[in-house]
Amino acid sequence: MSLTHILVFAVLILLTTITLPVRWRQWALFVGSVLAIYWLQPALTIRRLDFLFPTATLALVVAGWLATRAPGQAVTRADRLAALLIAALVLVLSFGRYLVPAYRLTPSAPPPVLPVALGLAGAGVVLLALSRVRDNWLRLALTVGVLALFAVLKTEALGTAASRLLRSWQGQTTQLARADELSWLGFSYVVFRLLHTLRDRQTGQLPALTLREYITYAIFFPAFTAGPIDRAERFLNDLRALPPLDATRFVHGGMRLAVGIGKKFVIADSLALLALNVTNAQQAQSAAGLWVLLYAYAFQLYFDFSGYTDIAIGLGQWCGIRLPENFSQPYLKRNITVFWQSWHITLSQWVRSYVFLPLSRTLLTRPRKPSPTVLALIGQLATMLAIGLWHGVTWGFVVWGLWHGVGLFVHKVYSDRTRPYYLRLRQHPRLGRAVEVAGIALTFHFVVLGWVWFALPDLAISWDVFVRLWRW
Amino acid sequence: MTTWHWLYAAAPPYRWRFVARVLFKTALLFVALNLLCVAVNPLPTLGRLSAYNRLFAGRPRLPYGENPAVAYNLSLFQLEAMFAAHEVARPPRGDEFRVVLIGDSSVWGILLRPEETLAGQLNAAGLRTADGRRVRIYNLGYPTMSLTKDLLLLDYARRYQPDLIVWLFTLESFDQRAQLDPALLQHNPEPVRRLIVRYGLAQRTDDPRFVSLSWRDKTLIGRRRALADLLRLQLYGVPWAVTGIDQEYRDDYTPRAVDLPADRTWHGLTEDLFTPADLVFDVLRAGVTLAGDTPILLVNEPMLISRGANSDIRYNSFYPRWAYDAYRQWLHQESERQGWALLDLWDALPDAACYTDSAVHLTPVCAGQLAASLGPEIVRLASSAAGEGERSHGRQ
Repeated sequence: MSLTHILVFAVLILLTTITLPVRWRQWALFVGSVLAIYWLQPALTIRRLDFLFPTATLALVVAGWLATRAPGQAVTRADRLAALLIAALVLVLSFGRYLVPAYRLTPSAPPPVLPVALGLAGAGVVLLALSRVRDNWLRLALTVGVLALFAVLKTEALGTAASRLLRSWQGQTTQLARADELSWLGFSYVVFRLLHTLRDRQTGQLPALTLREYITYAIFFPAFTAGPIDRAERFLNDLRALPPLDATRFVHGGMRLAVGIGKKFVIADSLALLALNVTNAQQAQSAAGLWVLLYAYAFQLYFDFSGYTDIAIGLGQWCGIRLPENFSQPYLKRNITVFWQSWHITLSQWVRSYVFLPLSRTLLTRPRKPSPTVLALIGQLATMLAIGLWHGVTWGFVVWGLWHGVGLFVHKVYSDRTRPYYLRLRQHPRLGRAVEVAGIALTFHFVVLGWVWFALPDLAISWDVFVRLWRW
Repeated sequence: MTTWHWLYAAAPPYRWRFVARVLFKTALLFVALNLLCVAVNPLPTLGRLSAYNRLFAGRPRLPYGENPAVAYNLSLFQLEAMFAAHEVARPPRGDEFRVVLIGDSSVWGILLRPEETLAGQLNAAGLRTADGRRVRIYNLGYPTMSLTKDLLLLDYARRYQPDLIVWLFTLESFDQRAQLDPALLQHNPEPVRRLIVRYGLAQRTDDPRFVSLSWRDKTLIGRRRALADLLRLQLYGVPWAVTGIDQEYRDDYTPRAVDLPADRTWHGLTEDLFTPADLVFDVLRAGVTLAGDTPILLVNEPMLISRGANSDIRYNSFYPRWAYDAYRQWLHQESERQGWALLDLWDALPDAACYTDSAVHLTPVCAGQLAASLGPEIVRLASSAAGEGERSHGRQ
C-alpha cells in the first residue's frame, strides 16, 4: 500500500461513511474491496497475470463461500446480486484496456473483454457445479487446492516451474522464468481466512454469512495486504452494525492512521537504507557493524509491519470495523513466550487454533500419550515451523521456525522449573526489576539473532553472518 | 490538554468541534512552518548538523553517487552537508599539515576505493614536512569537469584552514561554455554568483542554467526532496561506516577508448577558431587569488596517450592533439606570467593499462605512481610553507 492508496482509501471511506446509510455502506465496502484488490496488485512481468491474480482471488473466495455455507443455507437474491456485481465489476475493469494507463485501475492493460466475459461465464458454471458437490468434499478439495497453490507460490522450484508454464502460455520466453514473478498480492492472508472459515464450518463454529459478507471479510481492503487476520464471526458483528462516524472514532482512527504512516513511511523506510540484507551482510567489515545492520533490520521489520497494521486498524475504524491488534510492544517482553503473544498476534493465534491445539489433541488421543515435555516440544516446533513455512518454503525460514520453536520449548521448561524462584522474587522488587530487564535484553537479542535466518535468502550466508557476529 | 494521553488512551467522547479545532490548528501550524521555511532557508543550518565525524567517521571524499542503494552514497546539492559529512570537517590534530586536493572525478577516484585514490595513497606514504609535521591529505575532488565547480569547492574548503592546496585539472575543465553545466553549480546559484562578481569572471550571473526557486519551491513542501537528501546522507553513513564502500564498483564498465574516431574538433571548435578566450584561465587566476597566503600547487593531470586508430589526430577520446597542445602552451605561458607553481604531469602515465573507464580515471597501481610523483613536490612545498609559517610567527 503506497501513500497514494492510503490517501484515496481514507478520502473514499470518509465520503461513503458520511453520506451513505448503513445498508449502502456495507455494499460500498464490498465493491471497494473488490476494486481495491485490482488496484493494489503490483504490475507483473508475465502478461495478464496482474489481472488474473485478483480475479483468481475472487474465484477462490466465492468457492470458499460455497464450501462454508451453513447447513440448509440457500442462495438468496442478495447473494446472486453480489455474484453478478462481482462479474460486472471484473468486466468493467477489463474495459480498462481501452483507456490510457493513467485512468486504468489495473497495473497493466487487462485481457480483451471477450475472453474475460467467457472466463467469467466458465467460472460461473464451475462454481454452480461446485455448489452441488457435497460440502465435506468441497471443503476438503478447497483446503488441499489452496494449500497446493500456497506451496507452489512459496517454493522456489515449484514457483519457477509455474512461472515457466505461465510464460509459455502467454507466449513469453521461458528463459527468464523466476519464482518471484508470481507476486500474488494478499494471497497469504486470504489463505488464512479461507482455511479458518473452512475449518470452523466443519466444527460448526462459523456463523452463516452471505456472499457479500464473506467476500468483504476475506478481502477487506485495509487488511488485504498485511493483515491483521480477523476472525469471521467478530468481523461479521461489526459489519452488520456499522456505526456512524462520530468524532471519537474519527480521532482514534485518524491517530492510528497518522502513527502508522509515520512508522511505515518515515521510520521503517529510513531504516531500510541500513538494514541487514544479502549484500551489506557480506560487505560488513566488523562484528560491531553487523550488529548495527541487524538491529536496523529488527526495527525496520517491526515499524514496517506494525505501521501497516496501524494503517489498517485506522482505516478500519473509519469504516466501522474494529480490526484486532497485531503488535503490543513485542521487543519489550521479558521472555519469548510473551514475545509471541505480542508479535503478529493474529497469526500466532491462528496457528495456535489451527495447528498447535489440533496437533496436541491428536497426540493426546493416541494410545501411547507422549509426556508433557515431549508434547510441548512437538507442539512448539510444529507451530513455529508452520509460521516459518508460511513466509516461504526455504531452509532459512525452517531454521528460523525451529529457532523459535526451540526457544519457546526451552523457556517453557525453564519457567516450569523456576516458578517458585520467580514467585519469591516478588518480595525483592529491585532484584525483580533487574531480572526483568535482563529478561527483556535476552529475549530481544534472541529474536534479533533469529532474524539472521529470516532476513537472508541463503543458509550459508546466514551461517557466515551468525558466526561473524561473535568474531570481535 | 497537558499530556499526550489522549493520543492513545480511551478518552471521553470527542466532539466534532474538538476535531475542527485540531484540524484548524494543524493547518495553521502547517502554513506557518511553510512560510517560515520560505523566510529562512533551514537547509544550510540543518546541513551542518551531521552524524559524520561524530557518530561515525567522516567520509574520505565528498558525497556523490547515482545509485545510493548500492553505493551507500548519494549526490546532493547542499554544500554545507557535503562538507560536514567529509573528514575535512574534523578539527585538525596538533601536528597536522593539512593539504586539500581539488579536482575532478580522477581526484575523487571513480572505481577506486578510498585508500586507492591519489589522496589515499599519499596518506599511506606517511609524508612529513621538514619540521616533522604529519602531512594529511584531504580528497575534495568532485566528479564533474569544471574549474568553476573547483573554485566553489575551494571557497568552501578554505573554512577548514588548509596549509596547502593542490589543484589538479585537465583541459576539459577549462571549457568556457561548459563551466556552469554541473548540477552542483546550478543548484547553488548564490555562492557561484558571488564568486563571479568578486573575481570578475566571464560567466553571466543571470545564466539561465542557474536554478531559480519560486516561493513554492522554498516552502517545506517544495524543499522536501532536499530535506530527504539530508536525512538519507546521514542514514547512508551507517552502511558506509560498516562496509567502507562509498561508490558502486562495477566490473562491467566500458573501458577507455584506444581506437579513436577521426574527429579533429574539440567541442565543435576547430584549430583556426580556438583561442585562449575559449578557456577559463580567469577562474584559475581567481582560485590562486582566493587561496591568498595558502600556497597552491597546480597540476596538469596525467591522461591516456593513445596508440590506437587515429592516435595521430587525437590523444584520447577527450582531445584532438592540436587542442591539447595549444592548451598546454597557454597554460605554461600563463603560469610563468603569474609565477604559479605548476606541475605538468600530462604524459607521466601514458599507457592505456593505467586507465579504467575514461582517459583520466587511473587504476590503483597508476594512482600510486602518480602519488609517488606528486609526494616529493607536496613535501617540498609543505616544508617551505611550514618554514614560512614559522618565520612569520617568529616575526610576530
